[in-house]
Amino acid sequence: MIRFMLNDAFVAASAAPTARLTDVLREHLGARGTKVGCDAGDCGACTVLMDGAQVCACLIPAARAEGAVIETIESAASDLALLQAAFLRHGAAQCGICTPGMLMAATDLRRRIPHPTEAEAMDALGGVLCRCTGYRKIIAAVCDATNPPDGAAQNGLGAPVVRLDGRAKVTGDSFGADHVPHGALTVRAIRCPHHHAAFRFGDLATFAARPGIAAVFTAGDIPGRNAFGVIPPFADQPAIASSPARFQGECVALVAFEPETDPDLTDFPISWQLLPSLMTPAEAEADGAPLLHPSRPGNRLIEGRVVKGNAASALSASAHVVQGSMQTGFVEHAYIEPEAGSAWMDGDTLTIRACTQAPVMDRDDTALILGLPPVRVRIIASAVGGGFGSKLDVSLQPLIGLVTLKTGRPSRMTYSRSESMTSTTKRHPSEIIGRIGCDATGRITGVEVEGRFDTGAYSSWGPTVANRVPVHISGPYRTPHIHARARAIHTNGPVSGAFRGFGVPQAALWQETLYDRLAEKVGLDRLEFRILNALQDGDASATGQILQAVGIGPCLSALRPHWARALVDAAANGTRKRGVGVASCWYGCGNTSLPNPSTIRIALSPQGRVVLNQGATDIGQGSNTVIAQIAAEALGLPLSAFTLIGPDTSLTPDAGKTSASRQTFVSGRAAKAAAEGLRAGILRLANAGDQAILSLEGATLHITEGSTTHAIFLAALAADAHGNVVTHQSTYDPPTTALDADGQGKPYALYGYGAQMVELEVDPTLGTIRLLKITAAHDLGRVINPQLATGQIEGGIAQGIGLALMEEYIPGRTANLHDYLIPTIGDVPPIESLLIEVPDPEGPYGAKGLGEHVLIPTAPAILNAIRHATGAEITRVPALPHRVLDAIRKAQKP
Amino acid sequence: MPSYARPHTLDQALDLLAQGGHRILAGGTDLYPAAEAQLAGNIIDITALPGLDAITAEGGGFRIGACATWTTLADVPLPPAAYALQQAARQVGGRQIQNVGTIGGNLCNASPAADGVPPLLVMGAEVTLASAGGLRRVALNDFLIGPRQTARRADEVLIWVHIPESGLAGRSAFVKLGARAYLVISIAMVAARVVMADDKIASVAIAVGACSGAALRLDGIERGLIGASASDISDLVTSQRLAALAPIDDIRATAAYRLDAAAELICRAVAEAMQ
Repeated sequence: MIRFMLNDAFVAASAAPTARLTDVLREHLGARGTKVGCDAGDCGACTVLMDGAQVCACLIPAARAEGAVIETIESAASDLALLQAAFLRHGAAQCGICTPGMLMAATDLRRRIPHPTEAEAMDALGGVLCRCTGYRKIIAAVCDATNPPDGAAQNGLGAPVVRLDGRAKVTGDSFGADHVPHGALTVRAIRCPHHHAAFRFGDLATFAARPGIAAVFTAGDIPGRNAFGVIPPFADQPAIASSPARFQGECVALVAFEPETDPDLTDFPISWQLLPSLMTPAEAEADGAPLLHPSRPGNRLIEGRVVKGNAASALSASAHVVQGSMQTGFVEHAYIEPEAGSAWMDGDTLTIRACTQAPVMDRDDTALILGLPPVRVRIIASAVGGGFGSKLDVSLQPLIGLVTLKTGRPSRMTYSRSESMTSTTKRHPSEIIGRIGCDATGRITGVEVEGRFDTGAYSSWGPTVANRVPVHISGPYRTPHIHARARAIHTNGPVSGAFRGFGVPQAALWQETLYDRLAEKVGLDRLEFRILNALQDGDASATGQILQAVGIGPCLSALRPHWARALVDAAANGTRKRGVGVASCWYGCGNTSLPNPSTIRIALSPQGRVVLNQGATDIGQGSNTVIAQIAAEALGLPLSAFTLIGPDTSLTPDAGKTSASRQTFVSGRAAKAAAEGLRAGILRLANAGDQAILSLEGATLHITEGSTTHAIFLAALAADAHGNVVTHQSTYDPPTTALDADGQGKPYALYGYGAQMVELEVDPTLGTIRLLKITAAHDLGRVINPQLATGQIEGGIAQGIGLALMEEYIPGRTANLHDYLIPTIGDVPPIESLLIEVPDPEGPYGAKGLGEHVLIPTAPAILNAIRHATGAEITRVPALPHRVLDAIRKAQKP
Repeated sequence: MPSYARPHTLDQALDLLAQGGHRILAGGTDLYPAAEAQLAGNIIDITALPGLDAITAEGGGFRIGACATWTTLADVPLPPAAYALQQAARQVGGRQIQNVGTIGGNLCNASPAADGVPPLLVMGAEVTLASAGGLRRVALNDFLIGPRQTARRADEVLIWVHIPESGLAGRSAFVKLGARAYLVISIAMVAARVVMADDKIASVAIAVGACSGAALRLDGIERGLIGASASDISDLVTSQRLAALAPIDDIRATAAYRLDAAAELICRAVAEAMQ
């Protein structure tokens, strides 16, 4: 028995002496506010205070806690409370998975240094990784936690409303691993240790008969169609593979363990036979290469193309043409929450509560795999500790679903860090090569480009990347002639899927670095070159779509004074060389040429609450708050009257997936329409006109028109099937058209735009980069919540920094958070956000999407700044120090 | 059934070690990342042994207990010759790691990129290994045999790190190179300790980590720098003189880059130590 003081209470736990303290807290004492991100001291999510000092609870033996004072996020300490309030005020928590660790590290700091500087805050929090926020708001909160928050809550459209789920985020939210049904079996996967291997099972029955093992399942146990995929016509990925396994980390069997037994997989009876593996698209496209999927010749999943005008002749007639290539590797999402969830039977409904970005897609895929009608599967979204695209695909949902369906017992599963990194999707590695031309005055004439993307072993979002890249290949610049192709090639690498930008960030690295070279050839300032070519209202896009509400010009213009200042600053060179770079983005919001409706239901309850049934998953980006703000505006009642329900496939209508920067736009439009409908329904109760003012006082609704006020006692009205007295539900589906064989059509109903400027310093002897400042101008159409918007910008920039400077996932080598590097709190410079509003009539109150846009310009702007500083042309990211130094030396050769 | 013991006297620990089959647990920052739910095998936790977390004067030098944490090393007042060690201590992992990770564990884990090693090498550190048979004292560069290999026998525990008086002359500096700001596993790192006389280098000790199986002192460069002034350094640190290093290509950098970087880091560490 181990006894210690936990947040002012004496506790005792019968844990093994070398059990991790995280395990003692979470499993033995039920204190699940402390999160586990890696079990290796690499991420700091589990940071607690032991005798006042911050430690990673995953590295502390239970026995060493004996007699200690352990403080966790559940503590009621007043200094922690001040920090929690500051985190809310500053928007320092997004998904909330790193927040408990951040807060405990900050508590340790402020007890040592009551008024820390930014540098001291960074030193103290340097051991906690955050993947959402870009850290800047965390630093601000930690340095500003001295005073209790002042009074009035912000309200209304355009106000920096504190996120509605914020309280949960700063007190240890309930993520996939944090709900444990009583008696749940612990599910573990057997995964392929090789890139490509045939396998045979030994005596499974004997293994299954071991004490503590409840059941073993293999592909043969799957009752439905053992193939899932986010794009149904391409569905090809087995939930549990039958031989052969096509990538390292693929699940081949499940073992369900009884509660409170050590889930020991040693000696699982399986033998592997290595098969030749195709690890690059070049190998996979070579003549005679074996096929991963017999129906896909040349291992080609798909090719997307956009052809407009005649690029070849336009380029040959151009005054200036530049040619270049760009190479990128696998990039891991590295959300701090590894996949986790639990499952149980509710009558004959299989209920799965797990992290997800797409509850309805999870339901449909899981139902297909398990041979159930969709109505018999219920998906409840847990709090999601970061997604960025990877939690769109199912991971453990069909696995725990199978165990619970077959055994009738609750089950749970939490991926280890390495399991999360090896088995889930990645950003597509890319090789892009092509030419861009312009006329003598600097106007872009044409683009000719070919991209090859490593889509890994299964289809996932490969088709989307192949289609999005050609559509966006011009960047937000007027380009009359385009010939662009992008193909997705299968390899035995990890499955490449969705990652913030669907291939567009890779393409932007290519195109934006070439535009700098083109500007130089013409003799134009690099920013002015972009302004000259910026798309305007009425211009045709690469797909021939006539654009409206184009915001790129205003974004680039907003950078002008910053650019002029930065160029002067950069000219003052010391031994470190300073550079300035700029790059733009545009990005279509919503599915490419495919329907993607959102449905929102909103109602008034007899108790006088506005019940917002919103099935859009908030993965930290803020849709819970933004959609509610839009609904509150349209309804005319304050946010404080709102109760949020969902996402839960049995309670909330389908608001689609959280991807493609679509929730503010598509679900926002549905929420606006639903709230307007509810308002109309309410006004009808009093035959009031549209200008009437609504207010709620307990269960009484007041409708005021001029000097007349109607009071309606809601509890006296008849309730509908959902228990509400007035309800409205609306659906919005963005108007798009299919693309023809040349990729012409209207793929998106609206686009968002942005441009970022990077100032940095290069150490020319070591090839290291120090970022000094990033200025980001983004056109949001209409700013719904500036706090959340700047949070998205800062977080996207942090991921762009990672893409540019340090992140490369190497299969079999970097499946942990010390070999796979993501930016730490010291790697993100000060960021100045310039919020631009060019309202799009299609968006709710003019609003556009933002979530993916923000990542796109960062990496190319960094490369452009490196070139400005040193002349070095980087054609492969990440720009690790040795690559930068090589490029500097090449540039110095005469 | 694996066992766990947290002895309160060295004799108890040594008796257990003498029985064989035990793993030694100090801060745990290397053992736990490699473990499943619990640590495998029979564990002797040495963090309750008296006095091992302290830093004490010894002769004209000082002695560091094996269980002294990085935070302790960073916070206690130490002479300028140990500044490199203190700079390294502030750059090991994050503060959570610094609060529990120990100098003894860092040495026994014997990673080629162990942050504690170059600063100790430039002070001529020695270690004391204890076993039921007695104590033996070994120079640190003899203790570290190669990557993940030390001269420690299975029945021994490292209890002290000694810094001799001769290692405390002058001032030292530590420079570590990685691809991000915190939580850096270094591409290369250098510690240098310099004794100045009349604005020239009277003696210098230089050690490079992450560029060979175990961090190395570079005698050739050390000899070449005697008598040098600040402006001479970069000409005297040439890649030929780095021949003792054997860097590898890995995910963090190429071998060729490591050699170039090591040369530059040496110049910077020496220059910093000269100030």
